[in-house]
Amino acid sequence: MTSEIPAEAENGTPMVLAESIRRSFGHNEVLRGIDLRVEPGEVLCLIGPSGSGKTTMLRCINHLEKIDSGRLWVDGDLVGYREHRGRLHELREREVCRRRADIGMVFQRFNLFAHMTALENIMEAPLRVRREKRSEVEKRARALLDRVGLGNRCEAYPSQLSGGQQQRVAIARALAMRPKLMLFDEPTSALDPELVGEVLDIMRGLAADGMTMVVVTHEMGFAREVADTVVFMDGGVVVESGPPGQVLVDPQHERTRSFLSKVL
Amino acid sequence: MALSADKAPGGEPGAQAPGSPAAPVTGAAGAGASTADVIKAVPVRHPGRWVGVAVLALLAAMLVHALVTNEAFHWDIVWKYLFSEQILRGLWATLFLTLYAMAIGVVGGVLLAILRLSPNPVLRSASWLYTWFFRGTPVMIQILFWASIGALYPRLSIGVPFGPEFASAESNTLIPLLGAAVLGLGLNEAAYMAEIVRAGVGAVDTGQAEASQALGMNQAQTMRRIVLPQAMRVIIPPTGNETISMLKTTSLVSVIAYTELLYAAQIIYSRNFQTIPLLMVAAIWYLAVTSVLSVGQYFLERHYDPAGRNRVGPSRPMRRDQSGVVT
Ligand SMILES: Nc1ncnc2c1ncn2[C@@H]1O[C@H](COP(=O)(O)OP(=O)(O)OP(=O)(O)O)[C@@H](O)[C@H]1O
Ligand SMILES: [Mg+2]
Repeated sequence: MTSEIPAEAENGTPMVLAESIRRSFGHNEVLRGIDLRVEPGEVLCLIGPSGSGKTTMLRCINHLEKIDSGRLWVDGDLVGYREHRGRLHELREREVCRRRADIGMVFQRFNLFAHMTALENIMEAPLRVRREKRSEVEKRARALLDRVGLGNRCEAYPSQLSGGQQQRVAIARALAMRPKLMLFDEPTSALDPELVGEVLDIMRGLAADGMTMVVVTHEMGFAREVADTVVFMDGGVVVESGPPGQVLVDPQHERTRSFLSKVL
Repeated sequence: MALSADKAPGGEPGAQAPGSPAAPVTGAAGAGASTADVIKAVPVRHPGRWVGVAVLALLAAMLVHALVTNEAFHWDIVWKYLFSEQILRGLWATLFLTLYAMAIGVVGGVLLAILRLSPNPVLRSASWLYTWFFRGTPVMIQILFWASIGALYPRLSIGVPFGPEFASAESNTLIPLLGAAVLGLGLNEAAYMAEIVRAGVGAVDTGQAEASQALGMNQAQTMRRIVLPQAMRVIIPPTGNETISMLKTTSLVSVIAYTELLYAAQIIYSRNFQTIPLLMVAAIWYLAVTSVLSVGQYFLERHYDPAGRNRVGPSRPMRRDQSGVVT
């Protein structure tokens, strides 16, 4: 297998391209040959039962997790490696960080920096990673907080915000790096039901603005409405993928049907 | 104490806010009192506490009486030496010993903790070995060891390992008494601080480092900007205790005849035989400095815990209202 981007992809580089990704933890093979393709501007929803490897797949995309075999490209760049004279070399930390900086990630548990205010959370990475000017970063951070409806909570610490507000700050924090791709790992699963809507609204807005998004979610309503593609994973493989109208409404596989009957 | 904190489990019927969802109401609301009124109740009496207070007050009075009337304390001599130049110089030396030793201890502790958390097994075991050795031997022996290293290696030199040397000097001039005292106390302290830092880093949710890395921050930035500042919440209180303990441990270096506070007092009473008053002088100064340090510790804790999540303990109010989580 070569690490060249396959020829069929040349009419427009896909934002994410995964080929036969495998990943084991000890004897537990969590990803067993995943193929995935996300076009720029596309919203892909990843669904599947617990333990099917959705989080692991997402973490591979920004190299928080290493892959054992297969090839993974983001925006045409091989993830985690550089090819030189037919051999793969691990990327240096600096290079890995540079690539991660272009990919936003939103976690199930928010993971806001607990010792910083909402504003500081958002400003940290643009200041430290991109070394941008403080005044500009602060202006942008305040605008982002406005955009997620929290313009009046700049000085609040995460512990003083509700779950939904924390997740909205977390989204703003990721957006402050002007990412070309956003990864969401069950962004609403840790929220009280009445707070789910405010986070999904922000994500809808992002999708409408043309952001490329990979969203692991159990919100089937959101998937049906916003996703361009729905991918159903089970046991470390992609069982079925296609437009939501097909996968969610008229699934072809028994496993997809039984999963959907449980969550819908 | 706020009355509202004494809410009975399950909520009293009279405390129900109007319009709140029906809760298991066990009795009729108090006749006449509207449920919307602020509760005015007779607080529970605690006669046992008052007995305790009386007993303690009596004991305190007896103690003061004994201290003041017993001639053997020689308060005039205590007063005479409390601000004497020799004692003040000793105090100054004690403060600097504490500062230097804690500086070595904190820096060394952070380095050792980072080594300990490294994926490399050699670095990990080196850190473990260090901690094992320095925690496993008495600090007194370590101080004596550094003070007499001249006997072991009369000359120390800088050069290529096993190769030519560029410069060398007498050990005893390179490591004077102060150096031996600081090394003995500091290297020992580093072993304890390493455990404290490691516990602090371990107490920070791994999601914090993950979020930091996902934003493109490198490992050093993640450690310095995200993990360590949060670990401080856990690290500061025991470090304050270590500093206070260090201040008193410095009195051990009197064994190598370094003139810190205790040794200064000893020098004086070996001449005038006023042992008790001079020990009182030293004790008063130790007590004064540890008191100041405790106040400093309180403010440091506040600084590293601005959201008040860790603020528990009798002297500080719990802030259940803001975080919703009491730790
Ligand atoms: N760091 C790790 N070490 C060992 N096993 C792991 C690790 N991370 C994940 N796993 C295992 O991999 C499997 C898949 O985990 P993953 O988190 O990717 O599933 P998921 O589809 O996201 O599930 P969920 O819906 O519960 O979040 C699980 O069995 C999990 O125990
Ligand atoms: Mg998951």
